Amino acid sequence: MTPILLDTGDMILAGGLIVGCVALSLVLSLGIHRTLIVAGIRMAVQLVLTGSVLLFVFGRSSVWLTLLVLAFMFSAATFEVGSRQVTRLTPVWHFGIGGFSTATGTVIVVLVGLLTALQPHPWYQARTAIPMTGLLLGNVMNATSLSMNTLLSMVARERAAIEARLILGATRAEAMNGLIRQAIRTALIPTLNQMAAAGVITLPGIMTGQILAGMNPLDASKYQIVLMSLIVSGNMIGATMSAVLTSARLSDARGRLRLDHLAR
Amino acid sequence: MIEGVSAPRADDVLSRGLSVRALRNGHAGPFAFDVPAGACLVITGMSGAGKSVLLRMMADLDPHQGDVALDGRFCSGMPAHRWRRQVVYLPAEPGWWSDSVLDHMPDDALTRDLMAKAGLRGGVLNDPVHRLSTGERQRLALVRGLRLAPRALLMDEPCSALDGGTTLMVEAMMREAMAGGTAIVLVSHDAAQATRMADLRRELAQGHFVGAES
Repeated sequence: MTPILLDTGDMILAGGLIVGCVALSLVLSLGIHRTLIVAGIRMAVQLVLTGSVLLFVFGRSSVWLTLLVLAFMFSAATFEVGSRQVTRLTPVWHFGIGGFSTATGTVIVVLVGLLTALQPHPWYQARTAIPMTGLLLGNVMNATSLSMNTLLSMVARERAAIEARLILGATRAEAMNGLIRQAIRTALIPTLNQMAAAGVITLPGIMTGQILAGMNPLDASKYQIVLMSLIVSGNMIGATMSAVLTSARLSDARGRLRLDHLAR
Repeated sequence: MIEGVSAPRADDVLSRGLSVRALRNGHAGPFAFDVPAGACLVITGMSGAGKSVLLRMMADLDPHQGDVALDGRFCSGMPAHRWRRQVVYLPAEPGWWSDSVLDHMPDDALTRDLMAKAGLRGGVLNDPVHRLSTGERQRLALVRGLRLAPRALLMDEPCSALDGGTTLMVEAMMREAMAGGTAIVLVSHDAAQATRMADLRRELAQGHFVGAES
C-alpha cells in the first residue's frame, strides 16, 4: 500500500503537456491558447491551495476548523447550484431553494456514509469527512441544479398547459406532478449513465485514484460501490427537494400558477 | 378574505348565480355585479381593457382583492380547485397538456353528444392536437369544459375562430347550459353575437365598467 509519489520532474512534465496543447492551439488557430493557459494556471493554483489547506486542517484535527471548511464548501455550492439557469426565481428564493436542497441531500448521505460504512474515528475526522463531503456535494449540486433548470424552463414554457389543468379543477400538485417527475428524471440521467458505465466504459475516478495509490482493486471497487450508492441517493434527495420546492414557489395556496415569482 | 377590504356579506349576494364584490387587482377593478343563474352577461371593450383580467380573477387564477360568490357561497371559503370546477374559465387560446385529444377527455357518450352539438367530426378525438384547426381546438375546449357541468362559464371570445353557422351551434350549446341554470359571462368582440346572447351588458374600458348597466 505504498502510494507512488510524484516528484518535481513529473510536475514539469504535466506543465509541458499543457504547453504542448497551447502550441497546438496556435498552430491550428483554435484560438483557445489564452483560455488554456489561464485554466491551467488556475487549476494548478486551486489544487495546490486545496492540498495545502487540507494538509493544515488534517494536521489540526479540530472540529471547528473542519466545520469552517465545510461551511465554505456549502456556500460555494449554493452559489454554483443557482448560477446557470436561464429562467430563474427571484434571487433569495433561487439560491435559497438550490442551496437548501443541495445541503440537505449532501448532509443526509454524508452522515449515512460516515456513521455506517466508513466509520472513521472520530466520525468527524477531517481526513474522511472533507473529501467525502466534497465528492457528494459536487454530485448533489449537479443533480439539484439540473432539476431546477428543467423545472423552471418547463413551467415557464408550459404555462398554458398547466393552467388548462387548473381551470378544469386540478390542484396545483395534480397540475405540476408530471413536470416535477420529468425534472427529477432529467436530473438523474447523468448519474444513471455514470452507474451504467462504471467499470465497463470508464474506471471511476475514486477507484482509479485508490488503485494508483496502491489499494487492492477489489477493495477499491467496494469503496466505489458504496460511494456510488451514496451519490445516487444524495442526487435523488437534492433533485426531488429542489423540484418540489421550486414548484411550490411557482404556485400559491389558492392553487394559482405564479410566474410573477420568476425573476425578470 | 384578502386584507384591506371589508368582507362582503353573505346576505347581499344572489342565492342562485354569480355575485362579484369589490373584485380588483393592480390592472382592473373594482368590480361589483351579479349574473343570475341561467343568465348571460356580455362584456365588450377594446383589447387591453381588462376583460381577460376580470375573467381570470373570477376564476381565482390571479391574485386579487375582493371576492366572488356562486349560489351564495364565496370563492375564498372553499378550496380553489373546487371553485374552478364549478366556475370554469375558457380562455381565448385554450391550453393542452398533451398532444393527444383523448388525454383531455374520455371517448364516451357525453363527449360524443357535446361534439355533435358543436359540429365536430368524431375523428378529431383521435387526431393529434397540433393537427387540429384553431376552431376545432376552441370547440374541443368548450366540450372539455362543459363535461364538468359547470355552474358558471367564463368565456373569452369562444367563437373568434368559428364561421357563422358554427357560431350559432356554439350559442345553442350556451343556451342549453343556461336553461340548466348555468350563469355565463361572455367576452365578445362580435356585436351581433352580443345582441343575440346578452341578458345583461357591460362595457369595459381601462379596467373599469363604463356607461350604464343594461
